[in-house]
Amino acid sequence: MSRIAARFEALKGAGRKALIPFITAGDPSLAATVPLMHRLVEEGADLIELGVPFSDPMADGPVIQRASERALKHHTSLVHVLEMVAAFRKDDAQTPVILMGYLNPIEVMGFEAFAKAAGEAGVDGVLTVDIPPEEDDGYLTAMRANGLAPIFLLSPTTRDARIAKVCAVASGFVYYVSLKGVTGAGNAAMDTTALGERLDAIRRHTPLPVGVGFGIKDGPSAASAAKVADAVIVGSALVKVIEAEGADDDLLDAVGNLIRELRGAMDAA
Amino acid sequence: MTKPLSPETIAELLALPDARGHFGPYGGRFVAETLMHALDELQEAYERYLQDPDFQREFDDDLRHYVGRPSPLYFAERWTKKVGGARIYLKREDLNHTGAHKVNNTIGQALLAKRMGKKRIIAETGAGQHGVASATVAARLGLECVVYMGADDIERQAINVYRMKLLGATVVAVTSGSRTLKDALNEAMRDWVTNIDDTFYIIGTVAGPHPYPAMVRDFQCIIGREAREQILEQQGSLPDALVACVGGGSNAIGLFHPFIGDAEVAIYGVEAAGDGIETGKHAAPLSAGRPGVLHGNRTYLMEDRNGQIIETHSISAGLDYPGVGPEHAWLKDTGRANYVSVTDSEALAAFHELTRVEGIIPALESSHALAYASKLAASMSPEQSIIVNLSGRGDKDIHTVARLEGIKV
Repeated sequence: MSRIAARFEALKGAGRKALIPFITAGDPSLAATVPLMHRLVEEGADLIELGVPFSDPMADGPVIQRASERALKHHTSLVHVLEMVAAFRKDDAQTPVILMGYLNPIEVMGFEAFAKAAGEAGVDGVLTVDIPPEEDDGYLTAMRANGLAPIFLLSPTTRDARIAKVCAVASGFVYYVSLKGVTGAGNAAMDTTALGERLDAIRRHTPLPVGVGFGIKDGPSAASAAKVADAVIVGSALVKVIEAEGADDDLLDAVGNLIRELRGAMDAA
Repeated sequence: MTKPLSPETIAELLALPDARGHFGPYGGRFVAETLMHALDELQEAYERYLQDPDFQREFDDDLRHYVGRPSPLYFAERWTKKVGGARIYLKREDLNHTGAHKVNNTIGQALLAKRMGKKRIIAETGAGQHGVASATVAARLGLECVVYMGADDIERQAINVYRMKLLGATVVAVTSGSRTLKDALNEAMRDWVTNIDDTFYIIGTVAGPHPYPAMVRDFQCIIGREAREQILEQQGSLPDALVACVGGGSNAIGLFHPFIGDAEVAIYGVEAAGDGIETGKHAAPLSAGRPGVLHGNRTYLMEDRNGQIIETHSISAGLDYPGVGPEHAWLKDTGRANYVSVTDSEALAAFHELTRVEGIIPALESSHALAYASKLAASMSPEQSIIVNLSGRGDKDIHTVARLEGIKV
């Protein structure tokens, strides 16, 4: 069984929902990422989404754009990101790690070469924002051949027929984008009933766990999402804390506080 | 020179893109999930109205009475003599309303927006020409218009910014990334994904996700269709060569496409070599880049070895873009078109020469095509002919040129 499936099964057995924090690799520095990942796990993260910085992050809002820019200032490359995962794996063999980013850096490395290196480094899944299943040109084959779960997004604009098409090729879990917009948007209170209905519609097409991201920013919104979703993904709110702390000594504690708050709220929900 | 292609290959080229928007290995639809449905809707509407006589009539009427088409095909007799060689004809897109070819496309897309019931249009712009053309049609159709423009470009193109504001558009300064055209495009995509229900995104060039490269091409093909008729009427034969500048490549594809089936017509796209290809400071992905994925399509890009998009350099803001339309990428690979480059200083020299010899002030973008055309013409015989797409007028560039010469206007 894959690390992702094992983790979701264990959570289900324990009656808990997965907390998946997102951080951008190389932000605030190359050296900061692996200690940050360990701290996330210590405070209650179940899976980790590691952002691969890209110069043109079209689907991201200002917070994650700036994180990408900071990471690229010290030339964080896809190779560096894989090295970070390998380093993380030395001390943590259980927590699934998902890479999230854009296609071009992967395309430059080559699908097969990337998938092989990522598999060896201990990556479990890859969410490439700008490759819909229709554009698969050896991408899915390369991921699967190397034990990587191709993870896909579904959105409020995805119609039923497309949900089926995407679910047919997805593995690991399905990532539901809870709002129309970029990462970090969303000020309105979450409508848990409507969200639950959307997730039910997705579940009719797949047995995979369904995670919810975009618009989760604090304990209450995480708790709302956890009521109906299998996983709660938190990105911009966390990256904002990293931005505010920078390379400060308090960085790990500040990040830890937010994760603890989210974990507590979700478990109480 | 152009390779001779088989009639089958030519027929295949003319039929592109395929149903999923691919030109050979290029093009496609590389976007986040939220946009997929909107692109399906757009494609469906576009295919419907392409066949709709009412839509076509309205488009043709606007091109004729609002834009002022057909634009003349002008024989540049004095310049031809000075260059010494092939006869040079200029396709005068600079005489269009708003001063460039951009308006052909914005009219088409805005009419489509209106039929799709969208009340708000957004656009990205580099030099400001596409932004002005979008703001213009928005004013005429009573649509809200928001234009994204790199903060650095806003400083460089103050007059166009003011024109857009006069026309009632909101101009949003983009401060992310390199603060230029590519970042404006990113920001427009982010707006679109957020306001997808009521907003139509008018992309200004033949790039972006399918169906944009095909749709923008189809709206711009009026350039080549007219030019083909006009040259047959004026000299009784097809030209030996076509020359157009290529940033994203919309004016070029508009001229080239109706001639793709004419195997005897050589095709030259001219990229911006900036300080020179060898310096790395240029905007010539077809000449010196490699294939990758950006802004929703696979095409030639300027990128570093890690796949990060790198900054481009050109005297011309309209050519200052790290990608290029996917159809150009395929025309290059198949050999149907040749892609060459011209430096800032060569383009400037052509700018001055045309101004003094023909009394036409060309845009700096178009000056790249002129510079290459004069080299090409000199290598050809007086019995031969070239059509150059004079894609825009140079009024917007007066300050740039003056500044380079140390003159305060």
